[in-house]
Amino acid sequence: MTAYLAAMLILAGIYCLLALGLNLQWGYTGLINFGHVGFFAIGAYTSALLTTQLAWPIPAGFLAALILAGASAYPLGLVSIRLRTDYLAIVTLGFSEVVRAVLVNERWLTKGTQGLSYIPRPFGQLPTGLSEIAYLALVLGVSGAAFWMVRRLGRSPFGRTLEAIRENEEAAQSLGKYVASFKIRSFVIGAAIAGAAGALYAHYINYVVPEQFLPLVTFYVWMAVILGGSGSNRGVILGTLVLMLFLEGSRFAKDFIPFVSDVKLAALRFMAVGLGLILVLLYRPQGILGRKDI
Amino acid sequence: MLLEADDIHKRFGGIKVLVGAWLKVPERRIIGIIGPNGAGKSTFLAVLSKFIEPERGRITLFGCNITPAKPYQIARREMVRTFQVPREFGRLTVLQNLLVAPKNQAGESVFSAWLRWSRVQAQERLLAEKADEVIEFLNLETVRNLPAGQLSGGQKKLLELGRALMLNPRLLLLDEPFSGVNPVLIDQIIERLFELRDRGLSLVVVEHNMYAVQTLCDEVFVMAEGRILTHGEPRAVFNDARVLEAYLGKDYGSPAQN
Repeated sequence: MTAYLAAMLILAGIYCLLALGLNLQWGYTGLINFGHVGFFAIGAYTSALLTTQLAWPIPAGFLAALILAGASAYPLGLVSIRLRTDYLAIVTLGFSEVVRAVLVNERWLTKGTQGLSYIPRPFGQLPTGLSEIAYLALVLGVSGAAFWMVRRLGRSPFGRTLEAIRENEEAAQSLGKYVASFKIRSFVIGAAIAGAAGALYAHYINYVVPEQFLPLVTFYVWMAVILGGSGSNRGVILGTLVLMLFLEGSRFAKDFIPFVSDVKLAALRFMAVGLGLILVLLYRPQGILGRKDI
Repeated sequence: MLLEADDIHKRFGGIKVLVGAWLKVPERRIIGIIGPNGAGKSTFLAVLSKFIEPERGRITLFGCNITPAKPYQIARREMVRTFQVPREFGRLTVLQNLLVAPKNQAGESVFSAWLRWSRVQAQERLLAEKADEVIEFLNLETVRNLPAGQLSGGQKKLLELGRALMLNPRLLLLDEPFSGVNPVLIDQIIERLFELRDRGLSLVVVEHNMYAVQTLCDEVFVMAEGRILTHGEPRAVFNDARVLEAYLGKDYGSPAQN
């Protein structure tokens, strides 16, 4: 039970990282990034490849994941300057699918759909229960650091200018703000955080396959952000925890609901998630902890 | 001359919006741009602030050619514009709106935000003092901490003016600062704009409110169909037959019928 709980919390912590990255991009800057999972995948594969193929130490792999995911956001950030929000959504969604297509097809590097296995886990030599808890502490440490960094940015003049750009880009320009630089930095930092989440994920699960990086992951993160409250860092953490709790908890629902097959229950879960999201958007559009819109 | 624009041309599709428009703004002057709807006034202002690229013509600001400049570079050269429809940062408070404006903020660097927080905060305190002066100057004290989206139309106009003032401009381009503003507030804004001129600023004001133009402006440029029809002191300009014609049509404009 402890191991299960630790496993859940580790995954929740990784999703919290993803949500924090998206919150910087969407919540503060208003960039619609529908390709978040692409940066998650780049982080996971970078660290996995470097630590297995080149026997890099895990911290180095982690850093490389962070840097490469951030760097891959740079050209997309350049594109985002010229695109209206909804077009950026399409481009980023396409980007994450291209990343997945590359992971499937470039077999010399990624072993295709077979994926990479035997990815080392830090603290793996510890006894089973303890190893999980040590890893959980690591994930919580990284999430905590990311939370602090995003919150600090949010409270700084940098974050204030991001919000100004979100509210009215032309007005920000008229005040001499070089909008492109702010958007790119927001995009790159958010993607680097997703890359860090990817590395933590790869080293925890011990194997990566392209199927783990479907757009569904992106939309789970979006749900968590909308549920918790775009622009509020505590909100998106809470949103992630609520979503994870529901997705995991509803697995046990079949013990309490008779006459429903497993297949039907799986479908019901998604219906419940969808219904919950619609209700939030109807009755609390700013999310659980989000600030009220004007 | 602070600002000079020469022979500005602009077409939208097949429509010629600006046909050789020009402007000269000397120091410490309030220049009005008037003209009937569709004369190209707002487009002209957008070209001057480089939000719209002219097809032909030359713009000089403080002796520098700014024709190829980008909009964000204009504000750094001490010329700031406002918008016809206020563009407040709706979810930021009035104070935050003002604090966005200043240039060279240490806290706009990611690494300063993370690693040099005390320096960022020291600068924030200085900027907040300045912002409070502007808030007082514009009588916005009561709404200081309200989200800007909740302000009235007139207050939003004032807020835009205040945001521009945070940049210490020498030249302001105001697009209809009196539209949607209640008459009591109009006199108050006029007074403030005079005070700014006395401090050494120059202003270019696109405006429909004739009372405001007549009271405020040292010189008026009249636009019609993308051209500068005439220019001069407000009183002289308002009695010009060509101006009346542009506004009211040929028959009403001819002096014989007046």
